[in-house]
Amino acid sequence: MSAFAATFSDALSLLAHFDHSVLEIVALSLQVSGAAVVLGTLIGLPLGACIAVGRFPGKTTLSVLINGMMGLPSVVVGVVVYLILSRSGPFGALGMLYSPAAMVVAQTLLVVPLMAAITRQVVEDVWARYAEELQVMRFSWWDSVTTLLHDCRHSLVVAVLAGLGRAMSEVGAVMIVGGNIDGATRVMTTAIALETSKGDLALAIALGMVLIVIILALNALAYVLRQWAMRRFG
Amino acid sequence: MPIFPLSIHDLRFAPDGREVLAGVDLELGEEGITLVLGPNGAGKSVLLRTICGLIEPSAGRMAWGGAGGARPEQGVMMVFQRPMMLRMSVLDNVVLGLKPLGVAGAEQRRRGVEMLERVGLADRAGDSARQLSGGEQQRLALARAWLTKPRLLLLDEPTASLDPSASAAVERIIREIRTDGTRILMVTHNLGQATRLGDDIVFMAGGRVCEHTPVRAFFARPRSEEARLFIQGELPWRMRFQGA
Repeated sequence: MSAFAATFSDALSLLAHFDHSVLEIVALSLQVSGAAVVLGTLIGLPLGACIAVGRFPGKTTLSVLINGMMGLPSVVVGVVVYLILSRSGPFGALGMLYSPAAMVVAQTLLVVPLMAAITRQVVEDVWARYAEELQVMRFSWWDSVTTLLHDCRHSLVVAVLAGLGRAMSEVGAVMIVGGNIDGATRVMTTAIALETSKGDLALAIALGMVLIVIILALNALAYVLRQWAMRRFG
Repeated sequence: MPIFPLSIHDLRFAPDGREVLAGVDLELGEEGITLVLGPNGAGKSVLLRTICGLIEPSAGRMAWGGAGGARPEQGVMMVFQRPMMLRMSVLDNVVLGLKPLGVAGAEQRRRGVEMLERVGLADRAGDSARQLSGGEQQRLALARAWLTKPRLLLLDEPTASLDPSASAAVERIIREIRTDGTRILMVTHNLGQATRLGDDIVFMAGGRVCEHTPVRAFFARPRSEEARLFIQGELPWRMRFQGA
């Protein structure tokens, strides 16, 4: 058997036997990325909708800035969060560095601009069509934001999925602020990077397969839900 | 806050220097249905948007309540040619206008169900509003506005692109809203509808009100040359060639 096939065979064996180290890493990855996406949704979606509906000086600049931050390099975010959370940083006293919480903070900073930018675009299109009617009904600015977010909820699944994809596939920031500590802050992407450098390709591939299956499954679920919602609500 | 009489004096709106409203003068009393007629580009829809505050006029003034009063916070509603249908149920859409008025949820629902019965949509209350036909959506939009008990209701071509039976259903609701005490100002291109619904006609051309007369008088003896040509169906063609 070739080395390539043997590595794949070992990887499948790890998965088939529910290898403890694999499960632990997957669970932590889902917890960290899930928390970051929840926080990103709570911040990014209202932020994007507020920018779309609001009329204020600097709106265009802010929109361009948010769009630009979609491609924020994760290592840069990692370094910034590291400086903020390090002992000498403003939040050093919290002792969060090299903990899952620090990884959540870093991933949240990465997904918020992405989710806000997609939300702004989606809501802005709907706002252009509904603004007059909502104004005639004397909807307040905030009521307009919440109404449009609710109306766009099926389209905004894309924003959430994009955030989840970014969070789960990110490696640079969590490596810097988490430290990739075995049993504490090791997630799928950092484990893949480490195991590959160590030559343990079987574990790296097993984790890679889990990562891909999770992302594909979530996208498929979102697609089915969106199709159902489109049929139900138009 | 009183709304009528509403006096509009020399109202102008000129975005980019092009006068869409070129000095509109109009008086609206407390009752009735006024139809706004005129060729495309006459400024009819812009006039409605200006009256309900969506457009800030370049010049002129509107005196609400006869004493130079400002636009009231409530009591003026508008229904658009393509009304907003949120991805919610018919019932949730119809009560939407009650939200800013601070009406409690249970009371919203009670009034909404009652209103849907009046406009013949009670059996669709739980359906998605986007699944309604064009005529049903327009009835829903009228019900949504009516539910807020407006004193002045502005309608921008509510029956455009509807078939005759759907138009008739919409016209029936408009008459009921009027009977309920709401003053109606409505833009239409349908001259038959104007004779069926209107008490008086405001005829606009070139951003001005050319005449404001009772319906019968307008169709029997139009005072302005523009109105006469419009009724004959010639005005849009003449304006196009003269403008070229």
